[in-house]
Amino acid sequence: MQLTERHKEYWNKNLRITAILLAIWFVATFVMGWYARELNEFNIIGPLGFYMSAQGSLIIYVVIIWYYARYMNNLDKEYDVHEGELE
Amino acid sequence: MAAPQTTQSQFYANLKRYYSFYTGGFIAFVIVVGILEQMGVPNKVLGYIFLFATILLYAGIGFMAKTADVSEYYVAGRRVPAFFNGMATGADWMSAASFIGMAGTLYLSGYDGLAFVLGWTGGFCLVALFLAPYLRKFGQFTIPDFLGARFGGHLPRFIGVCAAVVCSFTYVIAQIYGVGIITSRFTGLEFQVGVFVGLAGILVCSFLGGMKAVTWTQVAQYIILIFAYMIPVVWLAVKHTGIPVPQIVAYTHSLPKITALENEFNDKTSAKGAKEESVRAIFRERSAAGAARLKGLESGGEIFLASEKQALMDKLNALKAATEPTAEPKAIEAVEKALKAFPSDTVAAKKAWTAEKGLAARAAPVMHHAEPFAAAGKTPEDVEKNRSIAKKNFLALIACLMIGTAALPHILMRYYTTPSVHEARVSVFWGLLFIFLLYFTAPALGILAKYEVYSNLVGTSFAALPAWVSNWSVVDKTLMNIADINGDGIVQLAEIVIGGDLIVLATPEIAGLPYVISGLVAAGGLAAALSTADGLLLTIANALSHDLYYKMIDPNASTVRRLAVSKGLLLVVALIAAYVTSLKPGDILFLVGAAFSLAASGFFPALVCGVFWKRANWLGSVMGMGLGLGVCAYYMYMTYPFFGVNAPLWWDIKPISAGTFGIPAGFLGVIIGSLISPAPSKEIQELVDHVRYPSLAGDTMDSAGH
Repeated sequence: MQLTERHKEYWNKNLRITAILLAIWFVATFVMGWYARELNEFNIIGPLGFYMSAQGSLIIYVVIIWYYARYMNNLDKEYDVHEGELE
Repeated sequence: MAAPQTTQSQFYANLKRYYSFYTGGFIAFVIVVGILEQMGVPNKVLGYIFLFATILLYAGIGFMAKTADVSEYYVAGRRVPAFFNGMATGADWMSAASFIGMAGTLYLSGYDGLAFVLGWTGGFCLVALFLAPYLRKFGQFTIPDFLGARFGGHLPRFIGVCAAVVCSFTYVIAQIYGVGIITSRFTGLEFQVGVFVGLAGILVCSFLGGMKAVTWTQVAQYIILIFAYMIPVVWLAVKHTGIPVPQIVAYTHSLPKITALENEFNDKTSAKGAKEESVRAIFRERSAAGAARLKGLESGGEIFLASEKQALMDKLNALKAATEPTAEPKAIEAVEKALKAFPSDTVAAKKAWTAEKGLAARAAPVMHHAEPFAAAGKTPEDVEKNRSIAKKNFLALIACLMIGTAALPHILMRYYTTPSVHEARVSVFWGLLFIFLLYFTAPALGILAKYEVYSNLVGTSFAALPAWVSNWSVVDKTLMNIADINGDGIVQLAEIVIGGDLIVLATPEIAGLPYVISGLVAAGGLAAALSTADGLLLTIANALSHDLYYKMIDPNASTVRRLAVSKGLLLVVALIAAYVTSLKPGDILFLVGAAFSLAASGFFPALVCGVFWKRANWLGSVMGMGLGLGVCAYYMYMTYPFFGVNAPLWWDIKPISAGTFGIPAGFLGVIIGSLISPAPSKEIQELVDHVRYPSLAGDTMDSAGH
């Protein structure tokens, strides 16, 4: 089986979105955690550093996964590698 | 549950109907029990009703889902819709530690406890991005299956089996321990008996129907546990503020007040601060006295012990002999009590006085709940140094928990059960959403409970303690220990010691809810522990029966024989796990942490490289898994006090985060091992392509029908 250019493009797009979402995940987790004390200076819904770790970052995680599923589903169709309808 | 010939959309519609009925039925059941309570049925009976009704329910679902089909037994027939797989993942994932322990950990350690909240949710991003869709496309039965097929040869599969068994077994012990605690607390059964009763509940459901039964039971368990968690917290928020959204009012209403109270407790010039200080002064004194006695004991031994006792007796006699009426009866009583409790030998004395010395901890100022990496120290440099150590450990623990999440086989296995790659991706979303519901409530519960203690409990008189305080301090001193240290008849914060598990268990009573809700919380905790234990036991039994027995020992075994072996192993593993648990080994939190670090170091590098790096090969996987597990286990062995080596820490990283070293070692192993040996065969490279594309024109593996 030979992969076509389209296939390679699909995989590269997948790698790109994975890298972007991973970067957001990294910032929401480790950068926020690293600067938690500094973020606590801001008060939005409670101290910001505390709020982000208790709730904000969690919401970002849910959105990351939701967006990935949606993006990849569209990409599958666009590049014609999606699965057939079930039964 | 439904006949196999129904189409997927019909099946989904049926499931939605079944579980809507089920949820309604469960609510009706709770209401009936509530009515029974109003009619005067004693609490203990209500506890039994909840325990046995729910276990019977799980057994019923397990029985209905019994199966003799290999695909149904191992992967629930691969037709679990994303939404329900999400619920099952939620129950599979949320353990006794999440349900009962987490809010308490957050109460006790404030910001730093959030490492668990972040670690146990953010890991699903890694599952979604790196593993779930690809494992689903691969579409076999177990995680070692993937290792075996991707890297070739029996050795990678075998290491995978060992790693799966070790980390799942460590984790399952923590779950069965939770089952034992809940059943014994709410029914009065012995801990050991409680363990085996709970075990029966686990077995009836996984034994007959394997993954199929476990999946549908887990969905039922998720529904119970989320109701059980939410109702008391929402009620508590209503009690405090009149608004039923704890996740908001905790931050806008309670947290600022807690911060103000913390400042007051730490300010010696304020009324409350002065009272706290008087208690702390007593603890400091007792700690200093304990330290002095320990020193005397070290140099004087038996003689010192005898002279201390003599001094007490002299004091008593002097007090009694005093002819003046100033000799207070209270003072005599105190000395008599001290004499009675006086340690009988040097070993007991060392223990008792070390405990006294440790009271210094209770003399420390109140930690700010919202302050990240709070640290103490003699000089500003010390504080700064301890703070950076706390920060480092916080981030390291998050990393280990997250990567461990994306490597624990009982979670990854769930993504084999969805009908398609697309559904696998969506089901990670549902899974995290259902987990998120509980995890973003837990920090709020920690804050609400703290507000209750700081503003309502502190300052009340010992003669009029709230019912929940007096009840729980009778039930278990490790959960609620309260004593009038400075003798002023008023509760001060420093006079209270709370065990973390109390927060969730006592919330219904704090919120002023009837006992039926406490029973519901117990049922929820039980559901959380049982559902996780189910998934774990099945993972162990499957790794042994499918990978070790069928794939490596007897590839010609018949279907009947394979399932029989799996069920037999399930029974054996469950009994061993229950036996080990009944011995009450060590620290639960450490067991959990160890399972995550081991899984992260052993599986994650090999699995991710297996999908994303075609060059990764047999030697790479063997070196990666071996090195990862080896480094992680070595660090734990060297530094965790339980093993008694107590070697110095590397860069101050605590043993629970041993994965910090194991994970990079694992990646290094995969990379080096792969580069020093030839690239994998063409077939294996094609397998990687097969896994990467949901469907590929001309892919022979696709048409082979997975």
